[in-house]
Amino acid sequence: MDRRQFLTAAVAGGAAASLVSPSAEAQVSPVQTSARIVIIGAGAGGTALANRLVRRLEGAQITLIDPRREHLYQPGLTLVAAGLKPGGYVVSDTAKWLPEGVTWLPERVVAVDAEAKTVSTESGETLGYDWLVVAPGLVLDHDAIEGFSLDMVGENGIGALYAGPEYAARTWAAASRFVEDGGTGLFTRPSTEMKCAGAPLKHTFLIDDIARRAGNAGRMNMVYAAPQATLFGVPIVAEKVRMLFEDRGVDTMMNRTLTGIDAGARRATFATGSGSEEVEYDYIHVVPPQRAPDFVRRSGLSWADRWTDQGWVECDMATLRHLRYPEVFALGDVAGVPKGKTAASVKWQVPVVEDHIVAGIEGREGTETYDGYTSCPMITRIGRAMLVEFDYHDNLVPSFPGMIAPLEELWISWLMKEVALKATYNAMLRGRA
Amino acid sequence: MQDLTFETLIAVFEEIFGRGLFWFMVAAAVLVTFGYFYVLIRDREVSWKKFLVAQLSMPVGAVLAVWFVMVMTDSRLADLGGPIDIILFLGIAVTGAIGMAILVYTLEALLGTKRTKGEADI
Repeated sequence: MDRRQFLTAAVAGGAAASLVSPSAEAQVSPVQTSARIVIIGAGAGGTALANRLVRRLEGAQITLIDPRREHLYQPGLTLVAAGLKPGGYVVSDTAKWLPEGVTWLPERVVAVDAEAKTVSTESGETLGYDWLVVAPGLVLDHDAIEGFSLDMVGENGIGALYAGPEYAARTWAAASRFVEDGGTGLFTRPSTEMKCAGAPLKHTFLIDDIARRAGNAGRMNMVYAAPQATLFGVPIVAEKVRMLFEDRGVDTMMNRTLTGIDAGARRATFATGSGSEEVEYDYIHVVPPQRAPDFVRRSGLSWADRWTDQGWVECDMATLRHLRYPEVFALGDVAGVPKGKTAASVKWQVPVVEDHIVAGIEGREGTETYDGYTSCPMITRIGRAMLVEFDYHDNLVPSFPGMIAPLEELWISWLMKEVALKATYNAMLRGRA
Repeated sequence: MQDLTFETLIAVFEEIFGRGLFWFMVAAAVLVTFGYFYVLIRDREVSWKKFLVAQLSMPVGAVLAVWFVMVMTDSRLADLGGPIDIILFLGIAVTGAIGMAILVYTLEALLGTKRTKGEADI
């Protein structure tokens, strides 16, 4: 055997050996308890937490309450709205992800009585709890945009990709006509907190790239309009996006809040702070204001002095524990924390809530904390993305420092979004990542 | 990235390919590897004739691996944007090349061909 053959054999043997080596992770024996744990919401947060708690606790009564039969992989909606994936790519059965040993109540929650420690559903059922996790997601307030309704999506140059796979697919139907015909494209975002604030930017970049590939760059007038003064909440990322927009010829209209559209005339109305402004478009991407579900505010769980128009749950930003009701936790989109409305945030929040609930059951204090980690594979064109990761302090916190530059448009970051992200998300749902 | 353990990696690979297909591929890789060592030990020497064909197949494996990844991810060569992309690209190509070489060598040794059966190796 010569040197080349030896190396070939070594690589093959090493790969095989690494695949059969045992996991180094020690298994912790489950905690015995009869605690009643109610989780409102079987989305990313609720499902991942249920899967982890089932492994950590023995004898606990875990109930998930959620009327949705279909689970949505929301990070995939941008790809559907750019024609890169079919609508079915983001849909799966809720039941598929739920572990053995938990009860799923497919109902809508109407109220929480945090004093009596009960949750009421729309069928009139009342459940008592020892621990409550509020993870119902958020509500898209489409009615706040005058003249807009979801049944308009896909027609007359109107897109709205957040509303679900059907609407993301219809968004692509409208956007693909726009990239063929050209004209003015308006890409908006709301003044409220929102899930993945990078998604409207990604949609802008993708539609611009698709138009360029179609040879229509010269016929496009791309405009990004936002109520904020900057393009992204993290200053260093905002600057990078500003430079990319400048490079691609995407104009911006800052400090403009979309308040209404006239679908027939293809005209959008923006509030400017001192008045209103009308802008004509050929394609508009509508991102409505986003708020906590009504029952959260009605139940007195929301902040009284922050986000008063949005109703996010009042909780500690490090432990996600409710500030007035220590047996209540917020998780995911509904949590009233400065950042964290992405699946990546949920991945980091779930172990924190898990730790504090298990510690509480054992009669001790939990130690895990959440520092606002959020990740956004910011797609800048088909085939390239920036892997932007940051925390509460607007610090960049790259997972692969020195290898994957966070503000560089890279193919590897695109591959992560295309190949690894959904797999990691699914592993998270099963409580294994 | 949080908790990037070996167990997490396995979980992610299971999700990418599906549990059945992933472990089938692992089993196939292990089988081919064992087959490769088996023929090396059985023959007690490297067959240069077999190895020549295996080497010639390496570019094919490299191109196939890169093509597969590009097609599956809506990518093109122009998307390579930095050193890490080049390293990854070469890594995919090298993996494809080595995998193909081992497969071809092993198949030739196990199945035999007119060219390689009963040959007198150098």
